[in-house]
Amino acid sequence: MESKKKQSAWITKLAGNRIIIPIVALLLLVIFNLIMDPSFFKINVGYNSAGNPILSGYLMTILDCGSELVILAIGMTLVTAATGGQDISVGAAIAISGSVILRVLCGTNSRPETLQAPIIVAFLISCIVAMLFGAFNGVLVAFFKIQPMVATLILFTAGRSIAAWINNNELPIISEPSFGYFGGFIPGIPIPTPIFIAGVCIIIIALVLKFTNLGFYTQAVGINESSSRLNGLNPTFVKFLSFVILGLCVAVVGLIKVSRISSINYSVIAKDIEMDAILAVALGGNSLSGGKFNMTASILGAYVIQFLTTTLYKFDVKSDALSAYKAVVVILLVVLSAPVVREWFAKLWKNIKAFIAPKKEAEAK
Amino acid sequence: MKKKNVKCAVPFFDTVSGGEPKVRDKTVLEMSNIHKSFHEVHALQGVDFFLREGEIHALMGENGAGKSTLIKVLTGVYSKDEGQIFLKGIDKPVSIHSPQDAQRLGISTVYQEITLCPNLSVAENIFIGRDSYGLLNWKKMNEGAGKILETLDIPTTPTQQLASCSIAVQQMVAIARAVDMDCKVLILDEPTSSLDEQEVEKLFKLMRDLKKRGVGIIFVTHFLDQVYEVCDRITVLRDGKLEGEYEIRDLPRLQLVSKMLGKELDDLSDIKAAVKIEKKENGGALFETNDLISNAGIKPFDFYIKKGEVNGFTGLLGSGRSECVRAIFGADHVVGGTVKKNGATIKIKKPIDAMRNGIGYLPEDRKVDGIIGDLSVRENIIIALQVMKGFFKPFTKAEANKFADEYINLLGIKTASADTPIKSLSGGNQQKCILARWLLTHPEYLILDEPTRGIDVGTKVDIQKLVLKLASEGMSITFISSETDEMLRTCSRLVVMRDRKVVGELKGDELTQNMIMSTIAGGEK
Repeated sequence: MESKKKQSAWITKLAGNRIIIPIVALLLLVIFNLIMDPSFFKINVGYNSAGNPILSGYLMTILDCGSELVILAIGMTLVTAATGGQDISVGAAIAISGSVILRVLCGTNSRPETLQAPIIVAFLISCIVAMLFGAFNGVLVAFFKIQPMVATLILFTAGRSIAAWINNNELPIISEPSFGYFGGFIPGIPIPTPIFIAGVCIIIIALVLKFTNLGFYTQAVGINESSSRLNGLNPTFVKFLSFVILGLCVAVVGLIKVSRISSINYSVIAKDIEMDAILAVALGGNSLSGGKFNMTASILGAYVIQFLTTTLYKFDVKSDALSAYKAVVVILLVVLSAPVVREWFAKLWKNIKAFIAPKKEAEAK
Repeated sequence: MKKKNVKCAVPFFDTVSGGEPKVRDKTVLEMSNIHKSFHEVHALQGVDFFLREGEIHALMGENGAGKSTLIKVLTGVYSKDEGQIFLKGIDKPVSIHSPQDAQRLGISTVYQEITLCPNLSVAENIFIGRDSYGLLNWKKMNEGAGKILETLDIPTTPTQQLASCSIAVQQMVAIARAVDMDCKVLILDEPTSSLDEQEVEKLFKLMRDLKKRGVGIIFVTHFLDQVYEVCDRITVLRDGKLEGEYEIRDLPRLQLVSKMLGKELDDLSDIKAAVKIEKKENGGALFETNDLISNAGIKPFDFYIKKGEVNGFTGLLGSGRSECVRAIFGADHVVGGTVKKNGATIKIKKPIDAMRNGIGYLPEDRKVDGIIGDLSVRENIIIALQVMKGFFKPFTKAEANKFADEYINLLGIKTASADTPIKSLSGGNQQKCILARWLLTHPEYLILDEPTRGIDVGTKVDIQKLVLKLASEGMSITFISSETDEMLRTCSRLVVMRDRKVVGELKGDELTQNMIMSTIAGGEK
C-alpha cells in the first residue's frame, strides 16, 4: 500500500513535469512503429565502401542524424531561457563556420591534394569565428536590448552570403579521408562519429549545469531581470554568454555538417535547422518566453523530431510533402503539451484516481 | 465645493440603486460553506460570508488566511470546490466561472496590484472590455471618461497614457473603472496600500457615497485604522476557516488582532515597550555618503549610519527616499559622490559591489524587484549568497536545503515545501523569503524599503521585532515605511526628505508624529 502511494505520487509529480511531453511523444512514435513494422528497430551489421564494419538501421539513422539538432538544442535552450527569445540565425551561422573550416583546410586552392592546416586548427578557428558571430547577436540582444528574433534576423539574412564570400564563392572539396571521420565513421568503430560528438556535448553541458551556476543564473535572469540584478547578477552578461555558448554549439555542428560531405553547399547546408532547434526546445515543454528550462527535455525533444522525420521517410513520404506531415504531428504534440490541455489531463487523472480508490478500499474490506 | 462633487457623482451611480431599497431582505450577497483547495493545501474550509446592502464590510485575516482566495472565488478567478453563492434578486445559486461572469452579475473588483493596461490611455482603461463600447466611439468614450474623472476628482485627463500617471492615480483609475460599472458588490482588495493620506480620504468619501446608494462593499486591508474609520462590520478568517462576523463596535482593536492571530496577543504595544536601540554618540559611522547622487533624479545627499543603529528615511510618496537607498546599494547608476565604510572610501558601481561590502537591500516593489517568481522558495532564499560565492561554486543540494530549512523555520515562512515556487506564496511569506535571502548573507548593513507593505499585522509585528533584535546584535539597519508609527517604533533617527532632497534629521525627543509632519511640510506648523 505504502509503495503504491509512493508510485502514484511519483506519477503525479511526473505529470506536472515538462519532461513528460517528449517522453510521451517518443513512446507514441515507438509504439506506432512497433505496430506498423517491428523491423524498424532492427540494427544490421554491414560493411562500408572502405570495408569497415558499420551498424546500420533506422535507429542508427535517428541517433546519427539527430546529433546536430541535439547539439543546437542545448545552446538554443539557454538562449531561450535567458532572453525569452530565439536565435534564428543558427543555420546561416553553421554555413559560415563550415565555410571557415574548409577555407583554413584548403588555403587558396579549392581542390587541395593535401590539407593546408591540421583539422584541429581549422576547427578551433571556426569556433572562434562562430563565437564572435554569437557575440554579435549577444551584444545586439543583451546590450542594445533588441528583440532576439529581430537581432538574429540580420545574420539570418547575411549569413549564407558571408559563408560564400569566405571561400570566394567556390565549392572546396576535401579529398583527405580523415576529414570524413567526424561526420562518418572512424575506421574500426562501427558507430557513426556524430553520435559520440553529441554524447560528449551532452556530458559537457550536464557537467557544466551541475558544477556551475549557469542554469540557476540563466533561469533567474529569464524570470526576473530586475530582481536578478539587485541580487548581484549581471543580466546583460548572462544573456550575452548564452549567445556565445550557442555560437560554440554552432561551430561543432558546422564541423559535422561539412565533414559529412567533405564539401559545402552554401544555400542548402543546415537549411531550416533553426526552426527544428526551436521546436526541440518547445517540445521539451520549455516556455519560449524564457525562464525555467529543462535541458534533458530539450535534448529528448530534438531526438523526437529526428525520430519523426525518419519515420516519415520510412513510410515513403516524399521529401517535398515531408514538411506538411511533420506539421500535422507537431500541431498534435504542441496542443497536447499546452498548459490548458495538461491541466485538463491532470484533472482527468485526479478523477480516475478518485474513481478507483473507493473501489479498491471496498475490495480490501 | 465638497457638496458639488457629491452631486456630480449622482448620474453615475444612479443605475446602481435605481429602485427603492428593499427593506425586507438586506442581504445582497451570501456565500455559504465555500471550500477550495490547491493540491494538498486547503485554502478555504467551509467559509460563510454575508454582505448586506449599503454596508462596508472588512474582510480581515493574516497572510494565508484565505482572504484573497475567497475574493478570487467570488470573482470567478478560481472555481470553488464546494459551496454556494447567492445574490440578491436571484433565486438559485449563481455560478461564477470567470471574471466576466462576476462583472455581469454586478460584482466589481479593484485589486491590490494594478491590473490595467499601462500602454493604453486612461479612457481606454476605463472602458476596455465593456459591451456598450464594443464599437469604438472615441469622442463619446473620452467624454464619458472625462466626466467620471471629474466626478471622482482624479487628477488626470482621459487621453493621458496610463503608464505616465503616478501609481496612486493609476489605482484611482482602477477604482473609477470598477465603480462606474453597474455594480451591486464592490470588492476593494488592498486599494489603499499605495495611496497617500489625502487620496485615502478621497477614496473613503467615495466609499461612503456608494454605501449610501446601497452598494455592498467588501474592503480588504491591513490598515486597522482604516477599518475602524469606514467599516460597519468585520468578518475574520483564520487558516482558511471562518473565525466570526462582528459589528465593528463589538470588536475592539485588540480583540480583532487576537482573533486574526488566533491567540491572546500581547498587542502592538509591546513593541513600543521594546528597548529602542539608542545610538551611541561616540561611535564612528559604519557607512557614510558624501554628496552621493544617482541618475534617478535625487539631489546629492549626505547620510551616515552607525553600527547597531536603526534609522529611516521618511517623506511623502515620491520624495526620493527609495532612490537614496538605491543609490547606496548601487541599484541606480551612481553619477557622483562617495561612499565610505569605516572611514575608507569604497566603490559601489553595481549591487554586487555593495553586497561584497556587507550591504543587503530589500526592495520596495516585491513583485518587480524582489521575488523571482518561478523559482522555488529555496532558490529564492539562497540566490544572493550564491551569487556572492561565485559562478563556479554552486551550493550542494544538502547545503541549499540546510539554508532554506533553517530560515523557513527561523522566520516561520508558511510554505508547502522548499520546492514550492515562491509566486504561489502569500505576500507576507514572500517578503519573509526575501528577508531570509538577505539575512543569509549576514550583512553588516541591511536596508529595508517598505518591508511591511501589504502584509498582515502579525507579520508586521514580527518584522519590527526582528529589526530591533538584529540591531541589538550589532547589525545596522535602515528602515523605510509609509506608516510613521512603524518608523517611530523602530528608528532612533529619521532622515526627512522633501522633493527629492534631504531636508532634515530628527532624533531623540524630536521623534514625534508632529515633528515629522512639520519637517516634511517645511517648518510651517
